[in-house]
Amino acid sequence: MEEHRDDIGSRMGMWIFIFTELLLFGGLFLVYAIYRNKYSADFHTAAHELNAFLGALNTVILLVSSATAAMSITAIQKGNKKLALWLVGITIFMAFLFLVNKYFEWGHKIHLGIYPGSELLLKMEQGELLFFGLYYFMTGLHVFHIIVGMIILTVVMVKINSESINSHNFVLLENGALYWHLVDLIWIFLFPLLYLIT
Amino acid sequence: MENHKQQQDHITPYSTMLKVLVGLLFLTFVTITVTGLHLGAFTVAVALIIACVKGGIVITWFMHLKNETPIFRYMVFGVLLLYTLIIVITFFDYAFR
Repeated sequence: MEEHRDDIGSRMGMWIFIFTELLLFGGLFLVYAIYRNKYSADFHTAAHELNAFLGALNTVILLVSSATAAMSITAIQKGNKKLALWLVGITIFMAFLFLVNKYFEWGHKIHLGIYPGSELLLKMEQGELLFFGLYYFMTGLHVFHIIVGMIILTVVMVKINSESINSHNFVLLENGALYWHLVDLIWIFLFPLLYLIT
Repeated sequence: MENHKQQQDHITPYSTMLKVLVGLLFLTFVTITVTGLHLGAFTVAVALIIACVKGGIVITWFMHLKNETPIFRYMVFGVLLLYTLIIVITFFDYAFR
């Protein structure tokens, strides 16, 4: 039986989806840029509240996870199923570590009374309110992408295990990895903008 | 049977991915160091330029744009052009209203 497959088309579809995601976050970056311009002093004060160390740690975690995701494709191309499973597994574990850090980071903020709609936040300057609003929304939307990425990569792992993803047909792994690199790509811009530039 | 083969034969070695990772970690270190110096507007520029370089590295190697057919590169270029135009037009509107 002849098999009908278009791997280039599959990857192109994934890239087009990634473009829409980039423009979604791109719009948010634009909102951030305008408000930062308008309330630079407030943004300066508010950004000091963020924990740059946790931000940096999460950057390292995501970069390593992106590398393991990329290497899993090399492993499957070479027919090394076991290594591919390990590499995707490490990627998912790294994603979990990212979430743990985010839990402590947000938990600490909420403990201090800084969360959307809190009394403390409403008493702050307009610019600080906007900064924390953008911080929670952008990192929150990013965390949502992390969770979706973990689900996608888990499905990919199951399919590698059942060998429906193999050295002759691995476009699903490629697309899963592409999604994961998108999550990394967004964080590469979020980290300096929110945590470093004060 | 050509149809049964994956339509991308290029295999990127593990070592390349590890080198890319080391480069990205190094650039992260540079960003943190430079922003810690408090150089004003210069800090923002450097942080954004390094972020763009890191993004470019991720797209080129991790996302295998290097080994894709040229149409993928044109598409990425088109989207970046579109986003640049959106930024420029928005800031013109904001600056001269």
